[in-house]
Amino acid sequence: MKKLYLHDDCIISPLGFTTSKNLENLRSGTTGLQKLNKNEFLETPICAGIVNSEILTDAFSEIGNPQDFTKLEQMMLLAVQGVLDKNPELDLDKTGLIISTTKGNIHLLDDLADFKKERLFLSNLGNIIKDFFGFKLKPIVVSNACISGGLALAVAKKMINVGKFSTAIVVGGDMLSKFVVSGFNSFQALSENDCKPFSKDRTGINLGEAAAAILVSDLPKKNSVNISLAGDASANDANHISGPSRTGEGLYKSIQNSLKEAQISSEAIKAISTHGTATLYNDEMEAIAISRSELGEIPLHSVKGYYGHTLGASALIEAILCKHMMLNSELYPSLNFTETGVSKKINVVTAYRKSINLDYVLKTASGFGGCNLAMIFKKEGEND
Amino acid sequence: MTNLGVEHWVRITKGKIILDGEVIFSSEADIARFLKTSFKFLNIKYPKFHKMDRLSKLGFVASEIALKNNNIDEETALVFSNNSSSLDSDQNYQESVKEFPSPSLFVYTLPNIVLGEISIRHQLKSENVFFVEDEFNANLIIDYSKQLIESKKANKVLCAWLNLHNDEYDVFLWLSSESHKKEASEEQIRKIYDADYD
Repeated sequence: MKKLYLHDDCIISPLGFTTSKNLENLRSGTTGLQKLNKNEFLETPICAGIVNSEILTDAFSEIGNPQDFTKLEQMMLLAVQGVLDKNPELDLDKTGLIISTTKGNIHLLDDLADFKKERLFLSNLGNIIKDFFGFKLKPIVVSNACISGGLALAVAKKMINVGKFSTAIVVGGDMLSKFVVSGFNSFQALSENDCKPFSKDRTGINLGEAAAAILVSDLPKKNSVNISLAGDASANDANHISGPSRTGEGLYKSIQNSLKEAQISSEAIKAISTHGTATLYNDEMEAIAISRSELGEIPLHSVKGYYGHTLGASALIEAILCKHMMLNSELYPSLNFTETGVSKKINVVTAYRKSINLDYVLKTASGFGGCNLAMIFKKEGEND
Repeated sequence: MTNLGVEHWVRITKGKIILDGEVIFSSEADIARFLKTSFKFLNIKYPKFHKMDRLSKLGFVASEIALKNNNIDEETALVFSNNSSSLDSDQNYQESVKEFPSPSLFVYTLPNIVLGEISIRHQLKSENVFFVEDEFNANLIIDYSKQLIESKKANKVLCAWLNLHNDEYDVFLWLSSESHKKEASEEQIRKIYDADYD
């Protein structure tokens, strides 16, 4: 099977509009979350990761007319532009385009503004990105709840292996809307304060908006240490559509299958980037799956305390962060952790760590519909 | 290279349910009544059905018929796609936001919820993916399914186009598995989808 190498990337988030700006904030423990007593989404206060529209519009006006594109489209287009800027020689005639989103422009359902109804369709979002840059291949749109961003990487790997293309840009994004915020609120899943993944006093999710893009290829980056997607697997809990399995069955199975594909045992894993949404049930389920996989001693973090839950972007952003942690031999802390609040032993990273060799990192994600995903990233030597 | 064949296929469109080329159920009724009577036609007890949104109900009925008397195990993957995502339920939820946002409606505002419903029903603990496309594209589904089987991530794949928009439903679901005889080509799959079953 061909490998999938992770090349250049770009994250557009409240933490910055370049990956390096995002990494600076992760190292210093600076959150992108803010508490808003008055907000356009709910009548009650929310704590969320919101991309400043004015700053976004300013940045976007350098590449296009902001009036022609929704906030989400602007974020996703800027993310792709960030990758293209670093790869001016990329042949867009042959480059695949894979899009991940859960709700796309769903805010238009309430008010179309000056946009056409087609903008509500997720495939249309794919075409907008394709046409903006002049990609030639038909975009592939993945919408599989909160594992979408990571699943999009797994899709890229499969399509490369089937011979559709050898290089692709994977882009993920979701934005805040009254639709999504009120929905999570109706589940009583939102926390009014900064979320506390895996902590005893955690009270729920913060939502966030972000977009990210990454160039992937079956060829390694020249003259560089490379990070590859060595194993990936998804599995359904077959248990409940809106609650995670109590036994962590689907996630456990995903982890086991991804280890198998990477041809390693759990001892090889040096760190875990969790889903860690800070709901009671998700974090407990993840701890159980991690413990069943004999990974309870392995340092782990959740970055939801920086970004909130960015839905269709989250697993892609977190995969990109895994890549940089591995290249820089560093671990970003899990913000707001107080005291372990799950029934199994886990090892939460609470301070920034340097000089830590990460040759294999596990990334996990779970979502509504009972879906789970595990990915294993591998550090490849310059001559591999 | 793996050759994928079609074990069984189900088409649901314009008031008809077709299994492997034969019309097994038809009804002139509107979609609400069509879903109700087609569930009755299945002759099973499954109270959860009545809680599902319409997209899930369509997927449930189609998969129930395709998988009946079929030898599948928990490694049967689900590779689904459509054009309208969960817009049918999105609109219902959006209506509720004005009064009282409903969690039971919100949960169905994702296209992959139907994969969860089918997984629960048939105890499939397998690979799931939901793609959104401009129109039915057998190629992507076939390619993805082949990769799942070649990489031993699935034994069989339940493939589907499951679209519901403005009360119009268009369903094509097929059970795909490795065939030692002949491959079901994209053309053949497309032909089944395009055929008229009057």
